[in-house]
Amino acid sequence: MINLTIDNQRLRVPEGTTIFEAARKVGIDIPHLCYHEELSIYGACRICVVEVEGMPRLEASCSTPVEEGMRVKTNTSRVRRARKMNIELLLANHPEDCIICNRSQVCELYKLAHDIGVRELKFEKGRKYHYEPDLSSPAIIRDPNKCILCSRCIRVCLEIQAVGVIDFVNRGGKTQVLTAFNKGLNNVECTTCGQCILTCPTGALRGQSAVDEVWEALSHPRKFTVVQPAPAIRGTIGEEFGMKPGSLVSKRLAAALRRLGFDKVFDINFGADLTATEEAHELLERITQKGTLPMFTSCCPAWIKYLEHFYPELIPHLSTCKSPQQMAGAVTKTYYAQKAGLNPRDIFVVSIMPCTAKKFELKRPEMRDSGFQDEDASLTTRELTRMLREVGIDLARIDEEEFDSPLGIYSGAGAIFGVTGGLTEAALRTAYEVATGKRLKNVEFKEVRGFKGIREAEIELNGTKVKVAIAHGLANASLLAEEVKKGNSPYHFIEIMACPGGCVGGGGQPLPTTREVREKRGLSLYREDKRLTLRRAHKNPAVIALYKEYLGKPLSKKAHHLLHTTYTRRSRY
Amino acid sequence: MNPVKFRETKIVLKNIHRPHSRRLKTYLKAGGYQALKKVLKGMNPQGVIKEVERSRLVGRGGAAFPTGLKWEFAREAKDIPKYVVCNADEGEPGTFKDKQILEKDPHLLLEGMAICGYAIGARQGNIYIRGEYFQAYRILKEAVKEAEEKGFLGKNILGEDFSFSISLYRGAGAYVCGEETALLDSLEGKKGQSRVKPPFPAFEGFQNKPTVLNNVETLANIPDIILKGAQWFLKIGSQKTPGTKIYCLSGDIQRPGYYELPTGIKLKRLLIDYGKGVKGELKAILPGGVSSSFLTRKDLSVALDWPSVAKRGSQLGSGAIIILNDTHCMVDIARRCAQFFAYESCGKCSPCREGTKRTRELLTNITLGRGELSDLELLCELQEVMYDTSRCGLGQAALNAVRSAILKFRDEFEEHIRERRCRFGICPLGKESS
Repeated sequence: MINLTIDNQRLRVPEGTTIFEAARKVGIDIPHLCYHEELSIYGACRICVVEVEGMPRLEASCSTPVEEGMRVKTNTSRVRRARKMNIELLLANHPEDCIICNRSQVCELYKLAHDIGVRELKFEKGRKYHYEPDLSSPAIIRDPNKCILCSRCIRVCLEIQAVGVIDFVNRGGKTQVLTAFNKGLNNVECTTCGQCILTCPTGALRGQSAVDEVWEALSHPRKFTVVQPAPAIRGTIGEEFGMKPGSLVSKRLAAALRRLGFDKVFDINFGADLTATEEAHELLERITQKGTLPMFTSCCPAWIKYLEHFYPELIPHLSTCKSPQQMAGAVTKTYYAQKAGLNPRDIFVVSIMPCTAKKFELKRPEMRDSGFQDEDASLTTRELTRMLREVGIDLARIDEEEFDSPLGIYSGAGAIFGVTGGLTEAALRTAYEVATGKRLKNVEFKEVRGFKGIREAEIELNGTKVKVAIAHGLANASLLAEEVKKGNSPYHFIEIMACPGGCVGGGGQPLPTTREVREKRGLSLYREDKRLTLRRAHKNPAVIALYKEYLGKPLSKKAHHLLHTTYTRRSRY
Repeated sequence: MNPVKFRETKIVLKNIHRPHSRRLKTYLKAGGYQALKKVLKGMNPQGVIKEVERSRLVGRGGAAFPTGLKWEFAREAKDIPKYVVCNADEGEPGTFKDKQILEKDPHLLLEGMAICGYAIGARQGNIYIRGEYFQAYRILKEAVKEAEEKGFLGKNILGEDFSFSISLYRGAGAYVCGEETALLDSLEGKKGQSRVKPPFPAFEGFQNKPTVLNNVETLANIPDIILKGAQWFLKIGSQKTPGTKIYCLSGDIQRPGYYELPTGIKLKRLLIDYGKGVKGELKAILPGGVSSSFLTRKDLSVALDWPSVAKRGSQLGSGAIIILNDTHCMVDIARRCAQFFAYESCGKCSPCREGTKRTRELLTNITLGRGELSDLELLCELQEVMYDTSRCGLGQAALNAVRSAILKFRDEFEEHIRERRCRFGICPLGKESS
């Protein structure tokens, strides 16, 4: 243990602690920009500087380890002046369009400048660069003009996601964050997961917006609009309306969506139940008929794209099941259209997603099995928030309403899809009951829950020991994929969610999305599951009816046509 | 033979006057590799480091860090393998001293590195050579080959249980790669940008292994210190930082060039006895290249060693002494210095990246007649913040020249701002292009 004082407070901290971490323990959150608790130390914004007795210069608290007897001051005039000037320098290079900026109320640079008391632009005569934004990606917009070069996006892309499509290019004042050869995000192996958006402290990264398109559909006289929120939305969107992380707002969400004018408020949870059912059957089929194992899950479009780029040889390991969004879309434009007597041409299906990659997924050429684009538009949690705020719908005060039948009926199995391990648990509930013909006494598979990067469990299905593994974050996923590539993977079933925490930590979720926030959101989905009496995907009456009236049975020819897909080998840039 | 050079005390440039001085044969005739032999046959690593420590040799690259201490840190570090890295990226404008050693006495450097390797327990040395020094690279390559052939480098040197190899790497023309941690990143094939310190390279350097990083001139001092002893070395030059220093004289001086002289020689003597006087009227001196602060006529009596120059508010650095006479506009000179740093900043940390850019802009504006008096205060404050918060030496020192120019030649700046006048007719005041 190391003894030191911070602003005259004595404290003892373990060796290797940084000044920044030590200060947090005594309630001082040293102002910072490039520091991010889940990423490596970069030490370049020079905002978190402090005075250390005996040192000639100020020290960056994020990168300086504590030493015995160290005396640290975090708020001297020298420190405050330095922080202020470094912010002023960053602002000198930053557009002043805060009022119309996408990040307006959640911008860390804005907040910091405000907190630190920057009230004039000292370097006002400074010339700003005018770079072209990268609009190539269907999911993510990069605007270098707002970039403060903190490297958080670079680090999350490389360290958490093992993708690494962006890095610094050029030197000095001409430094920019770019893709290889400035090809644009769409032309490199970007998975469109959107984690870069969540880590960006400014408006330099944002999602492509479908808001206008959705408003247009809503006001179109002939369009029959169907909306389906993803499992994770009900545990996160409350935050945007002043609620605590982990607040569940399922029925208020249904009401709010109806107020926006959607003709039918269905639920992706239904799609999730359908996916769990199909996927459980696919797993059992692969096990009994000696198909390609382990089987990777395929719900996460960022993971799919990652595998297509980095491990195209593992495509046979991917479940052929479409994601809940795409299953729900395809079923809406076929089964539901037929049932409701609608022309699928007139149906406009909108999903509410925690995800930026869904915007990419719905445009995939493989996703047109209904004869049309199966899903028309996908809004992130943040975009839906904007629509609700625009028209003054307050989720905190709206009365609860039910989702519409039939595609709004869901089980607790579908509800937990939004958290890491949830898909596995849902699939296991079904797989167990289908394989053994017995009813599960306890549907909760606690061993697959939790937030550890990689988890594993073993379940006995009719005498076969089935080994499952779960990973979230693509860097963790790549470790499991490497094993499969080498041929020494011990698993039958591997669930991958690209975003840390699963969809509750998705790239389209409210800001801030921290580790703590993600876990609270995740736990809310388990509460939703517990609250429901229907907790098995294959027992969802709407799912049963769909098979009975339209698809036949799981993995039938028709089910294959509508609910399964193929993949595309993609190269590195 | 030049009579002036006779009077110089020579350690690192002692061989360069010899015909074919770069050849191993010449070097051996002049007593080369005797120090390495002495070390391998009869000294233990601690003894070598003790001797270097006793000599009070400090780094000649600019920071003047005690060399023996650095070696001791690396020797004590537990991790292996360890490395010796020679900083031959000599990039400070006005410096051309390492070039002489590299091109004219390469074996002196190789011997110094091998001794360092023995002392700290390294088997591998790397030389990072400035990209523009192609000739030096070619000569070093030949020298390494010669040394390997004759058993001064490679396996079991001189038949002893010590192996040491040296590899050469060429830089790609970035000033910042002369900064030790940026050099290491570049050496590892990455973009040359400074690292967070601590950990210091002595503990986690090349490939995160303990590494001694020394300047060419520093390492070239080692063989004589070993051979003749620390006591001999201590008698040369000033007490605190003994030995010699190669001073590079450039600018408005009658006889520019490099002069190896005992540390502590008076600036005035260097300019008059060796430089043969200033061309025109002396106005300002940068004693350590563009990253140092200006001295003026008042400072002619300063002794040229690190502590003495520091007392005058400047930095001796690598000894790049640039002389300016009274035909220069200090605003223009400050702008040029700022231009250099804005171009060379690596762009990693915000104070340096943005600060150098804004400095260049503010000064350019002044030369265009668009300055304000408050700009001068802003620049001085910016210098303090950049010194305080920049990650590496580049940003910390980038505004030394600018600030000292403002403080010591304020009238010229005010004239540009108030009267929109450049008395030298250099600045394009009022005209729209610079």
